[in-house]
Amino acid sequence: MAIHFTLNGKPTTVDVNPDMPLLWALRDYLNMTGTKFGCGMALCGACTVHINGEATRSCITPVSSLAGKKVTTIEGLSPDGSSHPVQKAWIEIDVPQCGYCQSGQIMAAVALLAKTPHPTDAQIDDAMSGNICRCGTYNQIRKAIRLAAQLQTGGNKSAHSGDHAAPVESAEQNFRVLAGGAE
Amino acid sequence: MSFVTTAIDRRAFLKTGLAGATGLMVGFYLPGRREVFADGTEPTVLNAFINVSPNDKITILISKSEMGQGVVTSLSMLAAEELECDWKQIRTEFAPAAKVYFDPVFGMQGTGGSQSVHSGWVPMRTAGATAREMLIAAAAQKWSVEPSECHAENGAVIHTATKRRLTYGSLAEAAGKLTPPANVKLKDPGEFKVIGKPTKRLDTPDKVCGKAMFGIDARRPGMLHAAVLRCPVFGGKVASFDASKAKATPGVKDVIQISSGIAVVADNTWTAFQGRKALQVTWDEGENVGVTTESIFKTLEERAQKSGVVSRKDGDAASAMAGATQKIEAVYRAPYEAHATMEPMNCLADVQVDRVDIWAPTQFQTPAQGIAAGIAGVKPDQSFVHTTYLGGGFGRRGWSDFVTDACEVSKAMKAPVQVTWSREDDMQHDYYRPASYIKMAAGLDASGDPSAFTARVACDSIMNWFFPGSVKNGMDASSVEGVSDIAYDIPNILVDYQLVSGPIPMGFWRSVGASQNGFFSESFIDELAAAAKKDPYEYRKALLGKKPRHLGVLNLAAQKAGWGKPLPQGVYRGIAVLEAFATYVAEVAEISVDKDNNIKVHRIVCALDCGRVINPSIIEQQAMSAMVYGLTQTLKDEITIDKGRVVQANFDTYEPLRMMECPAMEVYIIPSTETPTGMGEPAVPPVAPAVCNAIFAATGKRIRKLPVHPSDLA
Repeated sequence: MAIHFTLNGKPTTVDVNPDMPLLWALRDYLNMTGTKFGCGMALCGACTVHINGEATRSCITPVSSLAGKKVTTIEGLSPDGSSHPVQKAWIEIDVPQCGYCQSGQIMAAVALLAKTPHPTDAQIDDAMSGNICRCGTYNQIRKAIRLAAQLQTGGNKSAHSGDHAAPVESAEQNFRVLAGGAE
Repeated sequence: MSFVTTAIDRRAFLKTGLAGATGLMVGFYLPGRREVFADGTEPTVLNAFINVSPNDKITILISKSEMGQGVVTSLSMLAAEELECDWKQIRTEFAPAAKVYFDPVFGMQGTGGSQSVHSGWVPMRTAGATAREMLIAAAAQKWSVEPSECHAENGAVIHTATKRRLTYGSLAEAAGKLTPPANVKLKDPGEFKVIGKPTKRLDTPDKVCGKAMFGIDARRPGMLHAAVLRCPVFGGKVASFDASKAKATPGVKDVIQISSGIAVVADNTWTAFQGRKALQVTWDEGENVGVTTESIFKTLEERAQKSGVVSRKDGDAASAMAGATQKIEAVYRAPYEAHATMEPMNCLADVQVDRVDIWAPTQFQTPAQGIAAGIAGVKPDQSFVHTTYLGGGFGRRGWSDFVTDACEVSKAMKAPVQVTWSREDDMQHDYYRPASYIKMAAGLDASGDPSAFTARVACDSIMNWFFPGSVKNGMDASSVEGVSDIAYDIPNILVDYQLVSGPIPMGFWRSVGASQNGFFSESFIDELAAAAKKDPYEYRKALLGKKPRHLGVLNLAAQKAGWGKPLPQGVYRGIAVLEAFATYVAEVAEISVDKDNNIKVHRIVCALDCGRVINPSIIEQQAMSAMVYGLTQTLKDEITIDKGRVVQANFDTYEPLRMMECPAMEVYIIPSTETPTGMGEPAVPPVAPAVCNAIFAATGKRIRKLPVHPSDLA
């Protein structure tokens, strides 16, 4: 069954099993491999894309649900592929290590900043804790999101503390309870 | 970074050998492989690591796998330092599998042991210097002047007196015809322009726009996709299977039995997974079906009662123990751990009659090449390994099981096939960090100083799994590293090892033996400090007088953390110091424990000494990365076994640290002129003991088992 939707601004049709998750339609049929497979259960965020502007886990989103919707992937964030303020901030902070989760991290960060242009550290943690990075780039991501917020709004300095701050200064925002094995 | 060559040139370029300053031969043999640029120009191969193209692009061949540790950038910096090119001219390409790229320590091409910068230190600079000298010689020939009248600068050769200038691109072809000089002089460190400077990673731009090609992104015309169903019980095998329902799944092409299980082949990944769900398999679960975590630890405990193979013997520990004023004994244990790379295992293989190509996120190219050749029935030089970016490695991708899968299925299907593992496959069929059990004892003299230390380690051997038969006399040094090499000034030491073979597959896990032994030894020394009623930092310091590099990082971490200074109410510190892979790391953790015994890590201060600094930015990244990895094993995850199979399956039951759990981290680097050592792993081991020692400071509870659970503090 052919499904019609908009992918990165272009009208797109896929004719696959309607139950197929968008992730696999992107990767195996639409030649868009920037969106990654991590868990298949919406646990890690590596597959995050935007559907009508909302950060969405493509690994559990069947293509049947996409008719008429607007899908944006990492490849479609900016006209040249890497000039979105969040991508610029990621480059400036040199966030990625292995890089596998970073498409999903960036898509989550873009969605956060679209709704909350000046997120607090707690808002960053809340929005980003669904995205796992096994390389542990979290502090660089926090820094890059704060920078992207400045870039997007023309450069006002963020009032929020840096990730290198001592605990006394930022205990309320940066340090959360580790519930010993359980979230 | 591209890894798909557009032209395969089967001619081999044989260049003369070149002795590096380490005395290691750097044979500059490059197997046929050249990339033709889009504009039709071809690069000239100056040596196995450096190509220069007429359009002034310089390609650095990276013989190591990039799994996040920054090796593409670090190795390029070493070559660029001597090559005298503009950093912006550099592009990189992963090297093919070939003998010239063997790591001198491993005796094969592979990435691990935090070894890449250390082993590349001389060869990569030598490659840069050799290429530079050839380019200078080519320019001198053109100008009919002596090479000594010329110098290289910013990607060009300049005739110093007349300021005449030729770019490397314009000289490449002529330079390629010259015999490489046998001995080149490397720069004095005082002349370094690149080495030691914070430098942006070369791979970042491709990793923020989805362009970076990981193994799972490899594509070939006409390729098929496959998923493999493996027996959930280790050592089990297929008794019989019914593929009719799987084959009836639309899009499934075939179902075939391979050595690891049953492969479902389809025209896309999702359909392969769906078809796999429809398989009906009867397993012969074999003899391990009764194995549980408890049964394994019971065996380890039993074996730890008997003496093992001695890994270290200083003085006479038994006599010293008998004469001690105070004797401290403790038993610790650490669980199995999964690597949980974000990119699940995968490989694309194309087995043909006279060649095999694999596109693989592999850490070990040489075994991958051999395995592919063996399955394809071709010679090793007909086996082409196209190394992709690795979506995390941590030791997991030293194994080639995913290569075996893909080659077997491709051979059967006579088509390119990509095998993709699900997260569950990846977690339940890993090669795990060994579960380990240790008995330690120490005798303290009247002043509280240790006069004797004994430790008996009981665990399975990684080397025995990786290189069957390689473990002679029951000793695997990787099983005892982190305790056998205890640095403290203790006159009588006895460490021995009980190799306990078991059915759970073992593998190298970020920082290997030190990942658990560092927790054991650095927690135990804290116990001794407490028994001696001394400050844990001062106690260590007094025992490290003969170990300046340990002492250097210990003092720096303590100073930067403000050791001894007041903390906010309810916050406590713990400290640990350890050497791993010849890099020295000390960490101070600050934690608090709430009324429900939840542990909060506020901050970790890390001081390290990895010899000469190549790229401080990457060092800082890697230290932080390792601390996060260490926190996950300290506070969150373990692999457990029930009915001979792994209980955990996905990130809900084995959940890496998330952002909201990530503390502030600070990294301080000791300046050094020692040979550089690696940073991929060594900051992992101190995390668990630093955190657990802080828990002791906070609660008086000594944590002797990982991961720490709130119930351990009740």
